[in-house]
Amino acid sequence: MSSISFDDLKAIMSRCTGELDGRELTESDLSTSFTEIGYDSLAVLEIASQLQREYGLQIPDEAIEEMDSPQAVIDYVNTNLAAV
Amino acid sequence: MEAVREAQKTASVITGVGVVAPTGSDREAWWQATLDGKSGLGRISRFDPSGYPVRVAGEVTGFDPADHAPQRLVSETDAMTQYAFAATNEALADAAVDPARMPDLELAVITANSSGGVEFGQRELQKLYAEGPQAVGAYMSIAWFYAATTGQLSIRHGMRGPCGVLCSEQAGGLDALAQSRRVLAKGTRLVVSGGTDASLSPYGLVCQLSNGRLSQVPQPDEAYLPFSPDAAGYVPGEGGAILVMESLAAARARGAERVYGELAGYAATFDPRPGSGRPPTLRRAAELALADAGAEPGEVDVVFADGHGVPELDRQEAQAVAALFGPRGVPVSVPKTMTGRLYAGGAPLDVAAALLALRDQVIPPSVNTCPDPGHLLDLVTDRPRAARLRTVLVLARGYGGFNSAVVLRSVDTPAPLTHLSAGTSSHIPRRNG
Amino acid sequence: MNRAVVTGIGVVAPGRPGRENFWEMIVKGRTATRRITLFDPAPFRSRIGAECDFDPERCGLSYQEIRRTDRAGQFAIAAAREAVADSGIALAQERPERIGVSVGNGVGNAISMEQEYRTVSDNGRRWLVDPDYMVPHLYGYVMSSSLATEVAWATGAEGPATVVSSGCCAGIDAVGYAVDLIREGAAEVMVAGATDAPIYPITVSCFDTLRASSTSNDDPEHACRPFDERRNGLVLGEGSAVFVIEELEHARRRGAPVYCEVAGYAARANGYHMTGLRPDGREMGEAITAALDEARINPDEIDYANAHGSGTKQNDRHETAAYKRSLGEHAYGLPVSSIKSMVGHSLGSIGSIEIAASALAIDRGTVPPTANYEHPDPECDLDYVPGTAREGTLDVVLSVGSGFGGFQSAVVLTSPRRL
Repeated sequence: MSSISFDDLKAIMSRCTGELDGRELTESDLSTSFTEIGYDSLAVLEIASQLQREYGLQIPDEAIEEMDSPQAVIDYVNTNLAAV
Repeated sequence: MEAVREAQKTASVITGVGVVAPTGSDREAWWQATLDGKSGLGRISRFDPSGYPVRVAGEVTGFDPADHAPQRLVSETDAMTQYAFAATNEALADAAVDPARMPDLELAVITANSSGGVEFGQRELQKLYAEGPQAVGAYMSIAWFYAATTGQLSIRHGMRGPCGVLCSEQAGGLDALAQSRRVLAKGTRLVVSGGTDASLSPYGLVCQLSNGRLSQVPQPDEAYLPFSPDAAGYVPGEGGAILVMESLAAARARGAERVYGELAGYAATFDPRPGSGRPPTLRRAAELALADAGAEPGEVDVVFADGHGVPELDRQEAQAVAALFGPRGVPVSVPKTMTGRLYAGGAPLDVAAALLALRDQVIPPSVNTCPDPGHLLDLVTDRPRAARLRTVLVLARGYGGFNSAVVLRSVDTPAPLTHLSAGTSSHIPRRNG
Repeated sequence: MNRAVVTGIGVVAPGRPGRENFWEMIVKGRTATRRITLFDPAPFRSRIGAECDFDPERCGLSYQEIRRTDRAGQFAIAAAREAVADSGIALAQERPERIGVSVGNGVGNAISMEQEYRTVSDNGRRWLVDPDYMVPHLYGYVMSSSLATEVAWATGAEGPATVVSSGCCAGIDAVGYAVDLIREGAAEVMVAGATDAPIYPITVSCFDTLRASSTSNDDPEHACRPFDERRNGLVLGEGSAVFVIEELEHARRRGAPVYCEVAGYAARANGYHMTGLRPDGREMGEAITAALDEARINPDEIDYANAHGSGTKQNDRHETAAYKRSLGEHAYGLPVSSIKSMVGHSLGSIGSIEIAASALAIDRGTVPPTANYEHPDPECDLDYVPGTAREGTLDVVLSVGSGFGGFQSAVVLTSPRRL
């Protein structure tokens, strides 16, 4: 896979922590912080682990610290997939 | 008299019971099935068992974890913890307590564990070896370990007191209840205690096979026959029970509607190492538990036996019971004949059955088995037996030498037997079907 | 009420096994952290561990003990035998039913569970694992309770026995459990302690995934830096410490030398997050206060605090806050050190290894240092005993632990001078 879309990420997030209780993630949530949309630090690490699995990435610790919103994840993955 | 009243106030009592079992995913469904003698044993459906010598188990069916916890928590937990979520919700509701309205540091969670979240662990081990270290998920760290259930319950219900986890194989559930009594005596207000287990993944089953005690009989109703001359091992099961424990004084002070009974006595012993020539110690555990409760053997109205289903272990237990109570001196039951042995969840489920037996003044039956007359046991089989019950002994043994015993006692005056014969309790099935 | 005293100590810690080797290493501030040798760590993010140079045969284990036990069980047997020998107790002359066992543990027999998984699954290929490749002792591996069985068999105990498995607090909680049993009279002698052997791919992967372990792979000797501003995570350790804990009068009757009394113990939970800590340290502070209350000791009587000090940013700040909350001004003058800088974090076992260090600190009148502490963190502003051990009379020592699941535990040890 050479890029990740919002829908791809949404699918991964849903696999990691299930659907958010009663609310579907929309594009308007892209820049909202994970904490605000109900994902704790462990959930973000689980998302990172799934991205490593499915996209063959090795995500360094510093990059994880900056993955504070869905948009930040998409940007990181797309930048680094392009670099491969 | 004053001393008796004082002891009553500090007594540790059970005020809430929650159950997830192969015979029912909630307390009353399980209890009704138990009184009806309906077995939950069957061919394993979680995976194809045809390649394994053991194909019968007590699986929890019709259970959706999402009914009991938010999806976020379901994703990060093994079934063992999901069963505990459900049973804890039920136990807290039964006790009619809301932990959020109580001082958090005075609430605790103390559970028993056996093999950890072995299915979750198997999935992550498979990722590690099939795909590599970066494929291991973040939840592996918190889902499989033995402390996962206590930790999750503590967080979910904001219980920040002296939490704990004990592992003494199939005896650990009683040790956890005793540890709860200990922290209550030191001033903790309420404890969520008990245990649940879910080991029925392929690796979990193969691990269990290696103890040589599992029944290979393929017919579910012939596989687990404790105390029978045909006993050929036990059937594994999953699920367990969670109890709400508090001091009698605290329960009274908050106006608790139901006090199921008091955890009046407890003891644990360990069998001598193999080859020592010394005798097993289950009888001593029972005697010490009775002494701890200040009860004579003659006061015990029913024994919930360990009932391993392994001939030598059955013989040892029958001898211990006969030695304590005399030949056929006390009714004995093994309701786990309907669920299989639930490891860390097994003894708490027996305690739940004992408490509901006290509530309804009825002894649930053992099914499928017909005891060897040589055991000299008054085993309650096939049908429940109405009886005046005030004091119950529960026995549990764990592989490797663990023995634990608890004595449960009614706190309220038991209902007169006439209440039963009038047929007013909906929980008692009619004798003639 | 009965009082519980420590009369024997056995240790298998990273580096050379044995109590005295352990003590010599930590008072000298030497570290046992190194590139992992128990497996090839090349594919992993963190490739550092604090490993025991342990040969079970040389530590006196029988062939059958070695065959049927995991590395964690082997550590525990060796440490239990050393503790019994150290205490001088003639177990054969004791009533077996008055001897109990409590073994703290975090991850069971993890190495064996993983090795046998590889075999029965054909290295991860089969979900329906193959029972034909099952080893006879697999059941003892899946059930961590086998660790208590092994210690009971090694000591002839027939009293209450269990494994205490509250994650990374288990090593403290197992000792607390033993003390409770002695106080209430359920046992006169407890063989109590903890063991864990987590340095294997699955556990290393877990800490990799959580980004909680140190990545100083080029400098493993200095990788674990508790309270240092340049810390970058914990280093996994392994090992066991086991104690003979006796009812005081029982110890006096046989004239046993006493290392310390276990005077107070308490556990709390943060009820917050499975891996996260709130920075305020409230529940750890509550555990410390409750342990001091049980010991009837004032905060200003503490001479040394043996820290959890795992070397993660969140722990070190949380723990520093907990000392300030519970000890007030006394926290600022109190020596606080973390031996994890030297022996790593052995999960369920470390609490007992740290109690061993604390008991020996009282016995030898020496505070072991925090190794690798060079760059103060403004948020961690206590006296962390950098680099060099300190001599002095220690009458009261506090040891604390913190772990996944939110567990927080504290134990207070007092010198036999106070008996």
